[in-house]
Amino acid sequence: MTRPQPDTLRIQARLERPGFVLDVDTAFPLEGVTALFGRSGCGKTTLLRIIAGLEQPPGGEVHFRDTAWQSGKTFVPLHRRRVGLVFQESTLLPHLSVRGNLLYGYKRTPEPLRRLHLDEVARLLGIDDLLERRADQLSGGQRQRVALGRALLTSPDLLLLDEPLNALDTQTKREIMPFLARLSDETGIPSLLVTHAPDEVERLATRVAFMHDGQLERLEPLREALARADSPLFREEGAVSVLQGELGPADAHGLHPFGPPEARYRVPSTPGATNDAGRPARLRIDARDVAIALTPPQDVSILNIIPVTIESLDEAPGHHGPARVLAVCRQDDGQTLMAELTKLSTERLGLQPGARAHALVKSVAFLD
Amino acid sequence: MLDLSPTDWMAIEVTLKLALYTTLILLVIATPIAWWLANGRGSPGVRTAVQALVALPLVLPPTVLGFYLLVLLGPAGPVGSTLESWGLNHLAFTFQGILIGSVIYSLPFAVQPLQQAFANLGRRPVEIAGSLGAGRIDRFLTVILPMTRGGFIVAATLAFAHTLGEFGVILMLGGAIPGETQVLSILIYDHAEAMDFDSAHRLSFGLLVFAFAVLFIVYAINRRFDTVRL
Repeated sequence: MTRPQPDTLRIQARLERPGFVLDVDTAFPLEGVTALFGRSGCGKTTLLRIIAGLEQPPGGEVHFRDTAWQSGKTFVPLHRRRVGLVFQESTLLPHLSVRGNLLYGYKRTPEPLRRLHLDEVARLLGIDDLLERRADQLSGGQRQRVALGRALLTSPDLLLLDEPLNALDTQTKREIMPFLARLSDETGIPSLLVTHAPDEVERLATRVAFMHDGQLERLEPLREALARADSPLFREEGAVSVLQGELGPADAHGLHPFGPPEARYRVPSTPGATNDAGRPARLRIDARDVAIALTPPQDVSILNIIPVTIESLDEAPGHHGPARVLAVCRQDDGQTLMAELTKLSTERLGLQPGARAHALVKSVAFLD
Repeated sequence: MLDLSPTDWMAIEVTLKLALYTTLILLVIATPIAWWLANGRGSPGVRTAVQALVALPLVLPPTVLGFYLLVLLGPAGPVGSTLESWGLNHLAFTFQGILIGSVIYSLPFAVQPLQQAFANLGRRPVEIAGSLGAGRIDRFLTVILPMTRGGFIVAATLAFAHTLGEFGVILMLGGAIPGETQVLSILIYDHAEAMDFDSAHRLSFGLLVFAFAVLFIVYAINRRFDTVRL
């Protein structure tokens, strides 16, 4: 084991359970959101519990920056680690009001360490109006926001989120996502997010740790995880591209420009979303909604025609049968755009890595 | 009801004192045992053994329990003789002796409702409270106790009521010393044996009404908190 480095969370642990062995030796950068991604039962929750101090694997090492949380005989208990925990099911204390829940950890945080306060957290999470309610009078989404706020109010050094959106319906999930997305930017608190949902990773993560069978297979920036055809993120629902850029003001047609001039999209605003101009946004594009043309077509309804360079042609992931090809394309601003094509089209167009082409993007979705 | 003899009143006092002390001691002892049985770590084998040990007074004839306690706490037993060598009294035929007996005899009645309440609670609230900076005692007082108070009320009531009905253990271990070890159940037995059925009836009927009232309250609480099934 190498010396603990500053600004990383180093974990070296081996934990055996009947029919399952977790064996991890890794270091997570303490910045932004790190997603722990994998199927259920792959050990991601167990890893999170080791980090929290809820599991104590014998001989394990956990170092937060230059503090040993677990090392040899040293074991810092959960209540001294200053981590915020949010689980998938409701964990509000039913005998306390929303305010009582929010302040439970705040009151137990030494005054000099309090960086976040009730007013700003309540505003950030949109729960100002709920403070006097009882915990059991809240909807699922409200409960998760209060749970998140309660964790934040301890001004934690690290947030551990164990599938916080899993128990929520799609609508509620959509309602909470923006709060989670803003969280790490606005508070500067690094977080680990356990999830098996690719859309949560695409939307929230800075980097992804792929876990499989108790092993951490790969830790890479989100951009890289989305730029390879064999990414585990694509295994279930097929390949997608996530583009990051800035949204411009709406034009006369109600369309917003997105991205730099060399890869400029025009996108409609989605109802309900706050598409403020100048706001950084993420755009999600399904690879099946992207077509490839060698020359820019003139008479076509598609608005977004982006010049790209083809980087590679691989077998398409997901369950779409054979004869599908995933073309990994590089936009001129350096971002990756995936296109799923039939093998026939690929051959007809004579596509080769390195070729210039135009990507026809049929539809886009906002992530933020 | 009002023409109770001084002996009757003394027995009532001893009985209530015994039940009260037993209940208080049991709440202190049973809480950690119940928590460990419900949510603790450790090998399942050990846990099963402890669970069986705690439940033993439910099936064992009280005379067996009383007999072993008499052997253990009496002047010739290991505990009794050690106490005597320190210049103290052995515990057979003393209030302290029957108090120890009561605690063991009523242990399952305190542990089981608490264990059920703790199992329903699960580890999650405690983990959350820990992540929010609460230490062990803090967690117990601000999370476990308020969230399982129904279980505590049921445990306390059952331990109290069950101690009132104790007979065999006290008969073996305490005898019937008025003001010291003569409890109501023993006194009723003595009255009946002396063919004083009027006195026996007065005390018996009083106990009957009291026991019914206690159980009525327990089930009412049980329904309200919906924590423990008996």
